[in-house]
Amino acid sequence: MASVNLRNVSKRYGDNPEVMRDINLDIQDGEFVVFVGPSGCGKSTLLRMIAGLEDISGGDLLIGDDRMNAVPPAKRGIAMVFQSYALYPHMSLYDNMAFGLKLAGKSKSEIDAAVRKAASILHIDHLLDRKPKALSGGQRQRVAIGRAITREPKVFLFDEPLSNLDAALRVKMRLEFSRLHQDLKTTMIYVTHDQVEAMTLADKIVVLSAGRIEQVGSPKTLYHHPANRFVAGFIGSPKMNFIDGTVSAIDTETVTVQINNGGLQQVCVAARGIQPGDKVSIGVRPEYLQLDSDHPVIKATVSTVEGLGDFSYIYAASASAEEPLISRIPDALEVANGSQVGFSIKPHHCHLFDSQGEAMPRTAPPTQH
Amino acid sequence: MSVAHSRLRYGITTAVAWSLAILVFFPIFWMMITAFKTEEQAYQLSVIFQPTLQSFREVFARSDYLSFAGNSIAISLGVTVLSLLLAIPAAYSMAFFPGPRTQKILLWMMSTKMMPSVGVLLPVYLLWKNSGLLDTVSGLIIIYTLINLPIAVWMAFTYFCEVPKEILEAARIDGANTWQEIIHLLLPMSLPGLASTGLLLLILSWNEAFWSINLSSSHAAPLTVFIASYSSPEGLFWAKLSAASLLAVAPIMVLGWLAQKQLVRGLTFGAVK
Repeated sequence: MASVNLRNVSKRYGDNPEVMRDINLDIQDGEFVVFVGPSGCGKSTLLRMIAGLEDISGGDLLIGDDRMNAVPPAKRGIAMVFQSYALYPHMSLYDNMAFGLKLAGKSKSEIDAAVRKAASILHIDHLLDRKPKALSGGQRQRVAIGRAITREPKVFLFDEPLSNLDAALRVKMRLEFSRLHQDLKTTMIYVTHDQVEAMTLADKIVVLSAGRIEQVGSPKTLYHHPANRFVAGFIGSPKMNFIDGTVSAIDTETVTVQINNGGLQQVCVAARGIQPGDKVSIGVRPEYLQLDSDHPVIKATVSTVEGLGDFSYIYAASASAEEPLISRIPDALEVANGSQVGFSIKPHHCHLFDSQGEAMPRTAPPTQH
Repeated sequence: MSVAHSRLRYGITTAVAWSLAILVFFPIFWMMITAFKTEEQAYQLSVIFQPTLQSFREVFARSDYLSFAGNSIAISLGVTVLSLLLAIPAAYSMAFFPGPRTQKILLWMMSTKMMPSVGVLLPVYLLWKNSGLLDTVSGLIIIYTLINLPIAVWMAFTYFCEVPKEILEAARIDGANTWQEIIHLLLPMSLPGLASTGLLLLILSWNEAFWSINLSSSHAAPLTVFIASYSSPEGLFWAKLSAASLLAVAPIMVLGWLAQKQLVRGLTFGAVK
């Protein structure tokens, strides 16, 4: 068990400019941390730097109390599970899981005990004689995890471990990762581009974009208090609506925004570095964008209705927003394609971002109705 | 496409394939029957004759077949082992730790195969003479290894590129050093490819004639020199030459026949998967 600390870590390839810079991150002992971001944001590179598969160009990596920058992967006390499983195809499952222990010179009885224990945790005891080729994707993934468990690492590293599985299996394995973390209580770092995996698994989410950490926090913090427009748009599905406007008045705990081609909207945030007349955007999640024909602040034309059973999503084009607005409505409400609708938003359900995309601190509890 | 049309196409393809196969096999077939003729019969085109072992007896009486064959075996095996020992680490580093110039080095290595051997005959001959390598088995092993190494590296490189990088990374995390990675993972995983590389090296060095004729005379001479010694500018020698050729190519043809499947699989390894 160990904490992981990154201090001003950077990465560059050859003489090219840095692709990652000033990465500072503290991961507590036993924490489940998820790195999430769009493809090419550097999340896998960061994980591989922790694993020792990529050189660290600058800064310090600490696992426990030891600086690990120059320590080979096998001596860092980590185990890694790859997206492609990376099982040894010519070895039986038993040998796949025993390989690392054999190289470490462990005795036969120690190896046997470790392999059988890992196999029983993952319910693959009956498959130990088989070769990877003879297994399904889910079983292969279990073997890859089993191989990691036998090493008894201080830190588990998972690189998009569920991406190659089908949707149903992905949900099942996601629950298993949760269970595994509860059982082993080891530090785990998990990379994914799927924000649902991040929300459901993580104690702490690290959102990355273009080689930078955008925000670090619990799933709830990121959902309700995103630090900027990127995080707000990335976390949550369907994504947050952004409505353009201009600041018209500033109070101590609220800001009033004149929505472009719409009405006045009050927002429960503290103004930071904005003045009346500045361009801003209001953020509101689909579940809080309400149909309102009596006092609408925004008008829109419905383009698509997606019925999901207990509720529906409507997609509506509006002159107040660049992208179609998305609103979650009860399924009982009938809305026709092409119809004109109006929306209103409660002030405490709004986020406010300045022209740079930075969020204003919210002043009211976001969960109240 | 109609059934008749597709049958016609099938028939034409089959006919073309058989014609090509017969065209390729015919000289070998002719050599085989000539070996069992007398020198007089060898000049006749007839395929109906009384087979005789006369030429083989003369060949065995005139030269020490076993010595030539022994040299061929020693040289081919030596070249195969030495080439693989050098090619595997080279291909490993090129496949898994490529530098900015790796592709250019590979192309340059291949380009040396395009140069006619005779172009470097004089410098190589002098080098070998001054180093005491003329007419030695080790001298021939060195020159054959040098000329076949580009092919060996290129083939091993191709097979290694098929091995997922992540598997070797997983092994590194499991604590494997470079040699353990190569021995426990890379070699077993690319065994079919490396086996066909080995077979090809064996066949190429068994059949190599230019350097053996120029760099050896009696002591280290392999079977290619043995065949060449039966060709003469005048007199009757076709039957004896054919008998000698048959004795020289028989072992490698049998090996090639037995390993046919492996060889084809190895050579098409990257293409079909």
